[in-house]
Amino acid sequence: MKLTGLTAVELGRRIKSGEIGVREAVEAQLDAISAKEDKYHCYITVLREEALARADEVQKGIREGRYTSPLAGVPVAVKDNICMRGVRTTCASKMLEEFRPPYSAAVVEKLEAAGTVILGKTNMDEFAMGSTTETSFFGETKNPWDITRVPGGSSGGAAAAVAAGEAFAALGSDTGGSIRQPSAFCGVTGIKPTYGTVSRYGLIAYASSLDQIGPIARNVEDCAALLELIAGRDERDSTSVTREGPAFGSALSGGVRGMRIGIPRGYFSGGLDAEVKDAVLAAAGVLQEQGAEVEESELEAVDYAIPAYYVIASAEAGSNLSRYDGVKYGYRAPGCGGLQEVYKKTRSEGFGEEVRRRMLIGAFVLSSGYYDAYYGKAMKVREVIRQGFDRAFERYDMLLGPTAPTTAPKLGASLGDPLKMYLGDIYTVAVNLAGLPAISLPCGRDRAGLPIGLQLIGRPFGERELIRAARSFEQTRQWRLPAAGCISDGRGGAAEREAV
Amino acid sequence: MKNYETVIGLEVHVELATKTKIFCGCTTQFGGPPNTHCCPVCTGMPGTLPVLNRRVVEFAVAAGLATGCEITGNCRFDRKNYFYPDLPKAYQISQLYLPICRNGGIEIETEQGAKRIGIHEIHMEEDAGKLVHDPQEDCTLVDYNRCGVPLIEIVSDPDMRSAGEAVAYLEKLRLILQYLGVSDCRMQEGSLRADINLSVREAGSTQLGTRTEMKNMNSFRAIARAVEGERKRQIEVLESGGRIVQETRRWDDGRNTSFAMRSKEEAQDYRYFPEPDLVPVVISEDWLREIKAREPELRDAKMLRYEKEYGIPAYDAAILTGSKRLADIFEETAALCGNPKEASNWLMVEALRLLREAGQEPEELALEPAKLAALIRLVEAGTVNRTTAKEVFEKIFREQVDPEVYIKENGLAMVQDDGLLRETVLRVIDANPQSAADFLGGKEKALGFLVGQTMKVLRGKGNPERVNALLREALGQRTAES
Amino acid sequence: MITDETIAYAAALAKLELSGGERERLKKDLSEILGYIDRMNELDTDGVEPMSHVLPVTNVFREDVVTNGEDGENLLANAPDRSGDSFRVPRTVE
Repeated sequence: MKLTGLTAVELGRRIKSGEIGVREAVEAQLDAISAKEDKYHCYITVLREEALARADEVQKGIREGRYTSPLAGVPVAVKDNICMRGVRTTCASKMLEEFRPPYSAAVVEKLEAAGTVILGKTNMDEFAMGSTTETSFFGETKNPWDITRVPGGSSGGAAAAVAAGEAFAALGSDTGGSIRQPSAFCGVTGIKPTYGTVSRYGLIAYASSLDQIGPIARNVEDCAALLELIAGRDERDSTSVTREGPAFGSALSGGVRGMRIGIPRGYFSGGLDAEVKDAVLAAAGVLQEQGAEVEESELEAVDYAIPAYYVIASAEAGSNLSRYDGVKYGYRAPGCGGLQEVYKKTRSEGFGEEVRRRMLIGAFVLSSGYYDAYYGKAMKVREVIRQGFDRAFERYDMLLGPTAPTTAPKLGASLGDPLKMYLGDIYTVAVNLAGLPAISLPCGRDRAGLPIGLQLIGRPFGERELIRAARSFEQTRQWRLPAAGCISDGRGGAAEREAV
Repeated sequence: MKNYETVIGLEVHVELATKTKIFCGCTTQFGGPPNTHCCPVCTGMPGTLPVLNRRVVEFAVAAGLATGCEITGNCRFDRKNYFYPDLPKAYQISQLYLPICRNGGIEIETEQGAKRIGIHEIHMEEDAGKLVHDPQEDCTLVDYNRCGVPLIEIVSDPDMRSAGEAVAYLEKLRLILQYLGVSDCRMQEGSLRADINLSVREAGSTQLGTRTEMKNMNSFRAIARAVEGERKRQIEVLESGGRIVQETRRWDDGRNTSFAMRSKEEAQDYRYFPEPDLVPVVISEDWLREIKAREPELRDAKMLRYEKEYGIPAYDAAILTGSKRLADIFEETAALCGNPKEASNWLMVEALRLLREAGQEPEELALEPAKLAALIRLVEAGTVNRTTAKEVFEKIFREQVDPEVYIKENGLAMVQDDGLLRETVLRVIDANPQSAADFLGGKEKALGFLVGQTMKVLRGKGNPERVNALLREALGQRTAES
Repeated sequence: MITDETIAYAAALAKLELSGGERERLKKDLSEILGYIDRMNELDTDGVEPMSHVLPVTNVFREDVVTNGEDGENLLANAPDRSGDSFRVPRTVE
């Protein structure tokens, strides 16, 4: 099997043993990117020269015992809203087209300290606002399973890169489903960690109280290994927390016997696609067979998660994105006479339509006379939703449901109707409102061959249980890379293998 | 004309005397080339996050405790959103919903006796940057060095009724904050700035009139004049049948009038909401006790102690403690020279005179206690006389000279050689026979002339008492001889 | 429910300039979105404290120690317009 078809952990193992050189791995990955980027457009920036130079440095470091993590030498990608010193970090916006931060995000420092090789910055919805990666100023990313379809979003470039074999693993960010939903659409695995688990320092903020960085990879083990590298308290992020307990990587085994899993009744009504429903319920059946106690459950107030989410996220985003005013960095509209013109023209020209839309919603819901009815109410609804989860977790170790109501839609099908696009976040946003961890992993494909995502939601700091259950389920499935042509195995067919 | 009452409330911004900014590890040092005391956090670079400086909380609590406030056990920060080039994030991290201190007050002295001025709240926030107009290119230059310097805003109740009360309140507040060490309160450097909210109403009315706000007043004198000027303006408007518009006005101290600031293009709608990047601050009873225990001696206590412990008259004690700087210099000098009365005299008389001449405030006094103490010791030891010492003091005051070195280098030490003194005295008597005769004839005054002549010959370096004694002795001998 | 004035006011607060066509489109979008958001009112939240932070974390501080050196050039490197060591903007008027 080709090198680029390995899992990240397996590659790390072979690099450690000396069987594969770091440069060899990086070159193979860069070759794959060269071969496929035109087709999928997963990256905004590929760090070819930097990655090759880094490969030699890492190889030396591994030999000298400086890099000992399981992913030392493994090429990874990061979403382009994560700052990397001196490297263009755009948030897929014209506003930051040429922005080069003079600092690296905490997670980038951690990836570097662990000896991974960062290959490039992946495409996304502009400022992470969107569910399709179509709002990117740099053009859409295509779903490697079907290039007429979206990869999901906002971390669509990261999920597509992992699915297409353009990265072994990637970091995404998840504010309302932006790791889980593209992972589902691209048939890969992604974890949105408990709020505070991963430092947000250097993550360009969308909605500060909801944002969380997490891993996207080909399987649960890779995700766990990557999460292990990036988690931890950071004194530069006041909301990051100290976590106790064993490594995530050691949480893989043990199975689900005795675990109590609830299936929120409300998650299986309304606009849920029948094939998605069947696949998810079948997955629940598998877990039951493996020894879990699975039953239907109640989950209060989740119907109000989307309204509350869009109020809170837009309000915070409106404030967070006000700093893009043409003064300190980023785009400034040319030929402006006065200061007000600089502000208005810069922001109107520098932001795309979806961002502008959310800026307006954000300004409105906080404006004088509307605060209580919108923002105040949303924060109360948020509290009710959290309490609803608390009650559910008194009975269950985790909740199970779909990640998204459908499989990946066609390119261009979502943009005309923003509300419809927002409603697609129905299964993901409540998790962010309550700060919970959740994992999305493939649980089948629909008739068109498109991947379906299974979501497991854990109690605060319950990542280890999620990893154990997801791993248990994953082992029963054939793990597939995307359809023929996406991953070349040298035989002209789809690469397939059993899960490790 | 009707009888009007003036209603004044003050919003006082005080820069805290921390080493670093409120949310990052940048220095708060005043000055420096533009954009050198900043980092990605205080310039609002994308992806950066604030982390609260513990000392800011402790200073704010200390200020609250010293002004009788209730301390909010669980306080939070909020964002105040508006666009301006001096505000790099386009929001100021401040406190609206749960400020750290509330419901306090301080007492001021008025002509009618003591009066309590209520403090509505104290909240923590970050300062903005500095905008400088570049006349050559007709543009504005932005410097973020001050951006993120910690402030507390102390909001009074509308309890003041005159310029005198407003100034008395500010002076009292300034002393409290200076004694606490939470701020140096230098108005010239902008570390204490006051916004005046002022309205007038008919005497006896209980309803508040429409108020105007005058921002960033930076001297007591300007504040007093601004209150007077705005009061007059509002009364004139009302008397001529007009209405007061709620607005922000700028006080022009040169022209002694205020004028409306051009209203910002957009309505002021700050869209406050809780700051998601910072966690709540919980102030436990233990922490409160700890902060209270660290509270230094405040002015009133110090004044009493000066009277009791040092025997300083009440009037002098009040003056000395009326400036934290003066009090600090006094105490250190007294400790070094062991002579509090002398230390007090030098400061009360010479230092204040020189300050007055220089048009400076006691707060600006740059006098090293060690040098003053050395001078006092030199006078006590008879090395220099008082007249010379005053000269030396001036040199210390103006040029920070070392008194011992200065006296030595300029040969100002008194002549201690009794032989030389005797010789000089005899020569002076010989040169002034008439005065000698006058003295001997009973004219005491003539002795003064001879002392003066002797000192002149000695170029001021004689100990006048010793010279006096030697003259009497020599003249006495003349009598005996004749 | 969303009027021209509301859109104009929100745009002024957010410092956005909207063309006529965009204004109409946004008016429609926002009406739909806010209409949907209004569903929140179906949920009884009487007596509920609004959430402030999702995790019970309090008192995160840094000590008052200078940790940053001078970094002016790095900060100015991304400036769209500068003059010497300062960011430059059109004249601010008062």
